[in-house]
Amino acid sequence: MAKKLMKGNEAIGEAAVRAGCLNYFAYPITPQSEVAEYLSRRLPEVGGNFLQGESEVAVSYMLFGAAAAGERVFTSSSSPGISLMAEGMSYIAGAQLPVVFVNIVRGGPGLGGILPAQSDYLQATKGGGHGDYRILVFAPSGVQEAVDLTIEAFPLAEKYSNPVLVLGDGMIGQMMEPVAFPEPDSIAAPLPRPWATTGMRQRPQNLIRSLFLNPDELEYNNLHLSAKYDAMQRDEVRFESYHADGKMDLLIVAYGTMARICKTAVDLLRAEGVAAGLVRPITVYPFPMQAVYEAAQLAGQVLVVELSMGQMLEDVDHAVRGTSPIEFFGKTGGNIPPPEEIAEVARRLLGSGRPRARARGGAAGRRG
Amino acid sequence: MRTIMKKPDSLTDRITHYCPGCTHGVIHRLVAESLDELGLRERTVGIAPVGCAVLAYHYFNCDFQEAAHGRAAALATGAKRVRPDLILFTYQGDGDLASIGMAETIHACNRGEKITTIFVNNAIYGMTGGQMAPTTMPGQVTTTCPAGRDVELTGYPIRVAEILSQIRTPGYIARVAVHTPKHIIEAKRCIKQAFRYQAEGRCYSLVECLSTCPTNWGMTPIEAIDWLDRNMVPYYPLGVKRTPDQEGGAT
Repeated sequence: MAKKLMKGNEAIGEAAVRAGCLNYFAYPITPQSEVAEYLSRRLPEVGGNFLQGESEVAVSYMLFGAAAAGERVFTSSSSPGISLMAEGMSYIAGAQLPVVFVNIVRGGPGLGGILPAQSDYLQATKGGGHGDYRILVFAPSGVQEAVDLTIEAFPLAEKYSNPVLVLGDGMIGQMMEPVAFPEPDSIAAPLPRPWATTGMRQRPQNLIRSLFLNPDELEYNNLHLSAKYDAMQRDEVRFESYHADGKMDLLIVAYGTMARICKTAVDLLRAEGVAAGLVRPITVYPFPMQAVYEAAQLAGQVLVVELSMGQMLEDVDHAVRGTSPIEFFGKTGGNIPPPEEIAEVARRLLGSGRPRARARGGAAGRRG
Repeated sequence: MRTIMKKPDSLTDRITHYCPGCTHGVIHRLVAESLDELGLRERTVGIAPVGCAVLAYHYFNCDFQEAAHGRAAALATGAKRVRPDLILFTYQGDGDLASIGMAETIHACNRGEKITTIFVNNAIYGMTGGQMAPTTMPGQVTTTCPAGRDVELTGYPIRVAEILSQIRTPGYIARVAVHTPKHIIEAKRCIKQAFRYQAEGRCYSLVECLSTCPTNWGMTPIEAIDWLDRNMVPYYPLGVKRTPDQEGGAT
């Protein structure tokens, strides 16, 4: 399998095409407009549909219409655009349609900035739109993983008839890395969609809706959705454990781009005799609660590192359940701490003999 | 024995929830007759709005999707782009289309999406209980303009058919009314033509239907028909505003 040097955004676009998704609706927004630019050239080559909508709001409903008509469909956007799509995502979840979203996160709130951030974690994992719904959220830490998870997102969206979100950041979207694409025969074929609105022909009416005026019908829909989320929690949790299987001095929990930097920090610390380890959630919903809990027991001290003011921190707190102190280190605004800075935070944390209330250069708070 | 009249195949047997005297039922029937006569029902997908017609999928005998408020044209766009063999129609009221859904409507028209929109203009929000719409007449009393619509504060009623007929992209735009048999016959002709253009892959089509809302207007059905004729028809001129064979837009 030959590797090709590609920018993350273009690689994600190509990954969707390789996954057999030939329908893409989007609205331009930095730092992911290259996905749309790439697909505006690529999709016509393969007989696909590229459409630039008038707004992210409209795009989210074009996705609804296309998915309800039974076709594989996806979009990409960045934080402010995802906020506008959140309404549509709620309807798509309520109507149980398979749609893949990609969020190349930039800093916020508001217009924020255009540099990499991880400040949409809570929006991605705790809702975003209204109503009782959850979506499967993948958090790749590099371009190859973004490609692999984008390809996997489509069959999983179909398995659960639910949105799947690939949660990247501006770093993953903008950097170039060598990537390999899987062979076409390894790609899962679309599942049959007997529910799709494809014209009645001789069958009864198919109806795609999220309105259930009868309280028992709506509750039934909520229970059905909830059972799907339970199944995701049981079957779809993914994480990477890096030197976190044995006794540790410190457990670092980080995801995405930040986890990649923390991995190097773990190497730096280990080289000087500090037994550091890393648990990297790959699915941030469902969150690897058990893995983080067990690793925390092996370390007795946890450091959460994010490009935010502390969002995944809440899930780690929930996972650890007060059994270990938790320290947080975050950078925002597009500032990305180098591995040395993470290692220094870890050293000071361990050197102090107790959790510190504040770490240099970023936000920190004591938990646990 | 020869059948000379029957319920269209494109309608179900469900009793509708529409109020007595409301003309949604007439418009449903005209859409259904058009689908039947053009042989389109089995490949048609309707898009229901948020508003009085949200449950239209119970009354039409074809596949349906239910939109969020105002977004019907976007759903229809998505479905039609990926399945151009399907016939897509949206059925929307004036709050849904002319207020919250104006952007989706204008851009679907401007892109020349091969879809058909049935736009029901009754000058008021019906489902939510009679609030002011962008199409509410000057001086008309609603629950959110209890002293009557003040055009100094809220502007004049929006003429959707005229706005869309200014768009350069080929389209079919008509305004009809359904308050008398004569008008119903003309409305049927335009609705059927709208679907015919779509079936031929020609263009976007929208038919604005002036409709009554006796409940929220606070009138009897007969008074409502009279009020529509005296107030709405003069302000909202009837007729075909644009065909795909005409040059559209200011040149």
